[in-house]
Amino acid sequence: MFVYYLKLAFLSLRKNPVLTALMVGAIGIGIGVFMTTLTVYHIMSSNPIPQKSDDLHIVRLDSWNPAEPYDDDLPEEAPWQLTYTDMMVLRESDIPTRHTAMMKATFVVQPDREDAHPFQEVVRMTDGDFFEMFNVPFLYGSRWSREADEFAESVVILGRDMNEKLFGGENSVGRELQFEERVYTVVGVIDSWDPAPKYYDVNNGAFDESEQIFMPLSLIMPLEKYSSGNTNCWKDEPIDDYQGFLNSECVWFQFWAELTSVDEKERYQTFLDSYVMEQKELGRFARSPNNQLTPVMDWLQNVAQVVRNDNKALVGLSFMFLAVCLVNTIGMLLAKFHGKAPQVGLRRALGASRWAVFQQQLAEVGVIGFAGGLIGLALARLGLQGAALLYEAPQHLIYMDVPMMVTSVLIAIVASVFAGLYPAWRVCRMSPALYLKTQ
Amino acid sequence: MEIRPIFSAMMRNRTGSVLVALQIAITLAIVVNSVFIIGERIKKMNRPTGMDVDNIISIYSRGIGEDFNKQESVREDLEALRAIPGVIAATSAQHVPLSGSGWGSGLRAEPGDGTADVNAGRYNVNTQALDALGVRLESGRTFREDEIKYVENFSYARESVIMTRAMADKLFPDGDAQPGTTVYDNLNRPMTIVGIIEQMHGAWVNWDKLEQVMMFPEIGSGSSVYYIIRTEPRERDRVMPVVEETLVGLNDRRVVERMRTLTETKSRSYRGDRAMAILLGTVTGLLIMITALGIVGLASYVVKQRTKQIGTRRAIGARKIDIIRYFLIENWLMTTIGVVFGAAMTIGLNYVLVTQFELARLDPWYVPGGILVLWGLGLLAVLGPARKAAAIEPAIATRTV
Repeated sequence: MFVYYLKLAFLSLRKNPVLTALMVGAIGIGIGVFMTTLTVYHIMSSNPIPQKSDDLHIVRLDSWNPAEPYDDDLPEEAPWQLTYTDMMVLRESDIPTRHTAMMKATFVVQPDREDAHPFQEVVRMTDGDFFEMFNVPFLYGSRWSREADEFAESVVILGRDMNEKLFGGENSVGRELQFEERVYTVVGVIDSWDPAPKYYDVNNGAFDESEQIFMPLSLIMPLEKYSSGNTNCWKDEPIDDYQGFLNSECVWFQFWAELTSVDEKERYQTFLDSYVMEQKELGRFARSPNNQLTPVMDWLQNVAQVVRNDNKALVGLSFMFLAVCLVNTIGMLLAKFHGKAPQVGLRRALGASRWAVFQQQLAEVGVIGFAGGLIGLALARLGLQGAALLYEAPQHLIYMDVPMMVTSVLIAIVASVFAGLYPAWRVCRMSPALYLKTQ
Repeated sequence: MEIRPIFSAMMRNRTGSVLVALQIAITLAIVVNSVFIIGERIKKMNRPTGMDVDNIISIYSRGIGEDFNKQESVREDLEALRAIPGVIAATSAQHVPLSGSGWGSGLRAEPGDGTADVNAGRYNVNTQALDALGVRLESGRTFREDEIKYVENFSYARESVIMTRAMADKLFPDGDAQPGTTVYDNLNRPMTIVGIIEQMHGAWVNWDKLEQVMMFPEIGSGSSVYYIIRTEPRERDRVMPVVEETLVGLNDRRVVERMRTLTETKSRSYRGDRAMAILLGTVTGLLIMITALGIVGLASYVVKQRTKQIGTRRAIGARKIDIIRYFLIENWLMTTIGVVFGAAMTIGLNYVLVTQFELARLDPWYVPGGILVLWGLGLLAVLGPARKAAAIEPAIATRTV
């Protein structure tokens, strides 16, 4: 029966090609616009590490200015980063399953080859646990050892692209590299890894690409490296040299802990609280104690707020746009079904039940919805390419996954069937006699 | 005169009329809010920056090795850059304005504790800074050669500062800041305002203190530096490659990169706003198209349905213009009902956008503007089908009976 209804639907749609095109086009454009903004939102709000987003916590201590909160808009929140002093203490704790402090800094890379120019690169300086904590996939080699962290060994891990650029993509483990007149040994090469949002450090752009070089954070002391990311200072204190900067109240390190059980989290919280109480005695931490352990999604949504308000507003506006397209379609369906009244009257007179007539009309709008959904899908693809251009984002970042594609077509069908309900109900409620008379 | 019969005809096809009115109402709400937001973003992107944005080049240089002498290198580089034909002025700087990357800190009008700080974007610059940025000196002077210090210590006590009028007025709200006035740094050490510039934008275009900018006569420590170079009008693109060659020619054992026009730097900083404006513009355009086509489609259908009725009217003496007028008035009535509800919906939508998404509050004058546009749009859309209706032969009435 369904196939028969589909056949009738095609016949009926072909009878009014202009009206059909208008309806399919309206739904297609509505879905195209809505799915474009929804996909951008979906990408921005997605969970970058679903396997362990509840275990990974960003660690924040409120070492900020007693006179004003770190962020006036979110006065309950501690600064996003830690001071050098606090970072060094937290790094010694053995309570978390894993933990890592980090920051980014720029280095000049001096390739071996005669023809290659030195170039500057942003390096993530971090602890060896980073790679296991954030599920970083290795192509060659592995993380550096805890000893490398402890003794500030000159080792590096390269990203896939950097390994391609420097070593032509071969297994470079054991090879040497020169940065700023100092030699480093490659211990690992990681595969393509580019979490979006870049949750482990959202300071300079939540959707920036991941770094292509990693090295032990302990190296900042011998190299006297400053952060090329965000450094925030509040205290009126003299800073005369690098040691003075390290001792200052400036915050510039991100700190993450992997806490796998409630008990672990509680013990860690206690550790943080007692550390801060100790520091209070020494005259630091003048604000009321506010030591926060925030899991990934809570961090991204409520504190870092990585989805821009503009993009949220666009989803709302384009949903209203889709509503206009649907209202438009309802109007045209009403007109169309109204015109079909004599034919329906005939079918009813020949014994078709109301339910059968109703089903037949819905099959017709289902076909319209399906066609509109396919057009919408194509338009959304175009729209996303446009969005990638506008946001100057790499195309591989802004794309539609299969679930979103299926969702698009489903939304189109559900929306158009919804739009068709009232017109179909109207048409099957008609008294057949009335329309047969006019024939 | 004809409104009553038209209105009662509409009431008989209530659902159809309600749908058109509803469509018009939502369309008005979206279009007015979108156009308003687009206007705000364009205004924001076109704010005067105080600088000669179109003729400025910036480039990054970073020396390598223990024996790299930054002070000497900057002196040499600037001398060579200033000698390039077409270059008006060049300065060293720690950051590039409008780039999203910068350094902010505060000053005080009176010695005191930290809360009295007036924050500003700060730039460490060289003698030709004002000319190189194309900013206008309102009073006082620019930095002298002997003032430029090579500073290795963060907390070095600065002696002179040039600031924007906005910064000066923030420090001294009575407007009595002038060259010679003393201000204090965060350790309460005095320094003198030597010059006040009319206007200049700092690093972060979304910062509410974008207009608060100050400059110090210094070269910071570290091996990296930016050069900001201003050229004669229309000479920029010719000078650009020469700038890079000159710097590499002086010393090729360094990284020279990120050569950009200030136009490009600015455009990158505003890409979020530009994207929003373009996306909303696209939605608005498509929406107007859909609504217009919807009206055309529906009206054409109605005309087809009423062929016999129109023919009969024509046969009993209605002129073509009467038929057209009928459809125009019918459409106008539906649009009017739509825009009345739409005006309320527009205000409601703006309230949601303001409270939920921190967008700007709507200028109410956009609402009547939107209503006029939709009235026009409706009439224009229905005109085609109405003329088709008017072309129906009176004889049709008799033929199909």
